[in-house]
Amino acid sequence: MGWIGETVDSIKSIQIRQLLTQAISLGMIVTSALIIWKALMCVTGSESPVVVVLSGSMEPGFKRGDILFLHMSKDPIRAGEIVVFNVDGRDIPIVHRVIKVHERENTGEVDVLTKGDNNYGDDRLLYAQGQLWLHRHHIMGRAVGFLPYVGWVTIIMTEKPIIKYILIGALGLLVITSKD
Amino acid sequence: MHSFGYRANALLTFAVTALAFICAIASFSDKFSNQNPSAEIQILNINRFKKQSRGNDEVSLTLDIAADLQSLFTWNTKQIFAFVAAEYETPKNSLNQVSLWDAIIPAKENAKFRIQVSNKYRFIDQGHNLRGKEFNLTLHWHVMPKTGKMFADKIVMSGYSLPDAYR
Repeated sequence: MGWIGETVDSIKSIQIRQLLTQAISLGMIVTSALIIWKALMCVTGSESPVVVVLSGSMEPGFKRGDILFLHMSKDPIRAGEIVVFNVDGRDIPIVHRVIKVHERENTGEVDVLTKGDNNYGDDRLLYAQGQLWLHRHHIMGRAVGFLPYVGWVTIIMTEKPIIKYILIGALGLLVITSKD
Repeated sequence: MHSFGYRANALLTFAVTALAFICAIASFSDKFSNQNPSAEIQILNINRFKKQSRGNDEVSLTLDIAADLQSLFTWNTKQIFAFVAAEYETPKNSLNQVSLWDAIIPAKENAKFRIQVSNKYRFIDQGHNLRGKEFNLTLHWHVMPKTGKMFADKIVMSGYSLPDAYR
């Protein structure tokens, strides 16, 4: 039980100056994560540069728990691209493929229809009632990169909050007891 | 300095960094593959061609699609999503893309194929501009990697046209 004893001792021996240093280093970790996220938002032009796939509607390409990197450029939307879109009245964005595009001659506005690769029919049933097409403002970004499995961390944390608290507690304890 | 927590942290950091580096290299290696895909599409029959009650033209047709996408597969390829789209211009729209057929190709062995199918998705225009319309049939493919960057390309085939009258 040497490790636990050491931990208790180190908590006991905390000085005010050391406490401040640790508070600052914890703050640095949090703010640098925020900086990275905001910088990614600027670079990709998408309000959420990374999304986790939550449903199996794009299997076997994207499974639940995979991570997608989004990019939102001025380029027009074309058939075949995988886009992330919001539907009025739904909280969770959807990741599906574009199957039909109609682009206006004069205004450049687009009518877009999407479908999940693993779904039988197109997405008109998912859209708001009476909505036939998606428009530019519904679309948050297009998927450009892919990383498998990593998103399970966030899925587990949102579905089992107790694990999140244990993890945060353990990390906090590590920060407090570390001597450097 | 050499506590258990410190060592575990160092090990985890190194493992994650190494894994990220390997993923990046695997994705980058896709750039060095030689790609020479080929495709040929014929319209075998116009099954139905009419104006819907809402005023939009609808076509049903049978396609003969032959393609060889084997060279697109690399060791980092999970699957290829291939689809055929009709692309045309109308007075109202500068671009119309309508998917007619698609397929998921899971392995290299399946990437050389020839099939005869009628359109899987409905070919409906926004309006009634399809009589005598010239259009392109484009075979698009979207390569989905095991990890890293996705990429897509296409072969455009032109010179298709629809009949001058409804049938």
